[in-house]
Formats: sequence, C-alpha cells, structure tokens
Amino acid sequence: MTTTPDTLRVTVQRGTASALRRETFDVPAYENQTVLDVVTWIQQMADPTLSYRFACRVGMCGSCAMMVNGVPRWTCRTHVKKVAADGELDIAPLRNLPVIKDLAADMDPFFDKWVAAEARHHPSAGRADGFDPVTPQEPARAEADLGIECINCGICYAACDTVAGNPDYLGPAALQRAWTLLNDSRDADRDGILTAVSGKGGCHNCHSMGSCAQYCPNELNPMRAIAGLKRETVRAAWGRKRDA
Amino acid sequence: MKTPPRSHPLWLAFLLHRLSGLALALFLPVHLWLLSQAVTSPATLDGFLAFADHPLAKLAEFGLVFLLAVHMAGGLRLLALEFLPWSNRHKTYAAAAIGAALFLSGTFFLRAI
Repeated sequence: MTTTPDTLRVTVQRGTASALRRETFDVPAYENQTVLDVVTWIQQMADPTLSYRFACRVGMCGSCAMMVNGVPRWTCRTHVKKVAADGELDIAPLRNLPVIKDLAADMDPFFDKWVAAEARHHPSAGRADGFDPVTPQEPARAEADLGIECINCGICYAACDTVAGNPDYLGPAALQRAWTLLNDSRDADRDGILTAVSGKGGCHNCHSMGSCAQYCPNELNPMRAIAGLKRETVRAAWGRKRDA
Repeated sequence: MKTPPRSHPLWLAFLLHRLSGLALALFLPVHLWLLSQAVTSPATLDGFLAFADHPLAKLAEFGLVFLLAVHMAGGLRLLALEFLPWSNRHKTYAAAAIGAALFLSGTFFLRAI
C-alpha cells in the first residue's frame, strides 16, 4: 500500500516564450486533489503572479489542459494520486502551441486551423425555410455523433507528433470537427470542406500514430475521423476525374 | 519540453513501419548492385553467395525477410485504415501484422538452416 506524502514537489514552467524558467513549489498533499487544485493552491497561497487558464472545473469547457509530467491532460479531472504516485509533479503549458505566460498557452493557432479546415457551420437554409430532419439512427448522424463531444481542449493537438513536425498541419481536432460537419446534411458546403481538408496541411498529412485517440480525455477518436476524411477526399477526387 | 509517452501500440506500429521502410531503402541499392555483379563480375557474385551460406548471414536474411514482411503487412493495414470502412481493431491488426511477419520470417529461417 502506498502512503500519500504530506507535500507534493511541483515544478512549474514560468515566464514568457523569450525567457522560460522552471520553479519548484512545495504544495500540501490531500487525499482528494486534482492537478488544477494544485495549480490554484500555488497561485492563491504561494505566488499570485502565476498565470493559468480554467473555467468550469468539471471537464466541460476545455480550457484547463496542460502538460502534466509530460502528458497532455485536462487538469480539472486529473487526480494527483493517479499521475504522481511519488508526489512529484511537472506542469507545463500545452505542447505545440506558443506560450503567452506561465501555464497559459496561446490557443490562436489551434482555432485558426479550425477556420482553415472550414470546420464551421455553413448554413443551408434561412429562417423561413424548412430543414432536413435528422434522426439519430442515420449512419451519417451516428458517425458525426462520435465526434461532437469534443470540448476543444487542445490535448490531441498537443499529443500529435505530426503537428510538432509540420506547423501547417491542421491537427486532429479541426479535422474531426470538419468530419462531423461533412456528415451533417444541414451543412451547405461539402465541397468547401473537402477542399480545405485535402490541401496543404490537410488530412493526408496524418501518419495514423493514434496519439490523439490515446490522450483524448473524452475518449474520442480523431484518427477515425481523419481516416474518414481521407476516404471522402479520395472518393471526391475520383468523382471529379470521371466527370471531367 | 518532455514529449508525451509514445509507447502505445499504434505509435509503435508507425515507428516500425518507418524504420523497416528506411532499412529496406538502404538494402535495395546494395541488393540491385549485387544482382548486377552476375553480369559484370560473376566471380564477385559467387564469392558473396558462398558467404551467404554462413549461419550469421542466414540470421541477417531472417531479419531482412522480417523487415519486408512487416513493412508489407503494416502497409496493407494502413491501406485498410485509409480506404476501407473504419474498424476499431487497428491495434489488433498491427499486432497481427507483426505476428504474420514473424511467422513468415521464422518459417524462412527454419527452412534456411
């Protein structure tokens, strides 16, 4: 049986991109404690200048993701006991994103890529028009349902080695969102989505390493969505060739 | 910065596919050069064929057959992943690719020694 240490030894990445440093804090250990609790304790009790980001604390908003002992995690739902049995924590901002300050990563590149992937709704009807009934049983709807619980936390983006090696790559989250829209009969720009996800940095850059699915806190599988996009882009390209 | 642990099955399958591909890319020019010796310098070829009977050379050939087989099986898995309807069994398929490659290369080795 392991005993809980009285204090946790917590190393935190501090500073801005031009001057990164690491600082270590001793934080009281409790029986029930999340990594976000630890970060909050440091800011409230040890150093009020510590910058970090959170909102809901219940795993819905996707804003508190950080690297915890080298693994991207939603800190509000990560129990210290499960990730730091020896009482040592190393906390850093999300990988593959610029640092604003301390633990706050700049999410702009992440969301810019959602736009670049056309991962936004394209209206197909005005308010006076009728709309397509969508039943949960339809295969396309069932496929989209597998991806819509994404909370935009950026963990898959931080876990992905293709993102790390190719700054243009749109990333698992944006491509998965594009896939859910491609399966939505109420989205009006199927061709636009397929063009956006098959260009430079698109779905064909994915090497199917599966780290996105491995680390997604909601247990989604962006690799599956990206494989779907690969199939559809190839099918569309064949279709265009036949029509030409 | 520390990178996330990559010791999960599909990342390792990716690594094995890349490394086997690289090793085969290095092997192929040597292979073709040696074949060309049949035309340009039969004595060199005969000398090498005698060396290839050595047990250590057989062991190296076992490795080569494993690389070829695992690269082909892994490639078929990737083609299935990208062109067939999604299956949740890709970790199993990756393990099966390695198993099939070991079976093929092992059978080759047992016949060779």
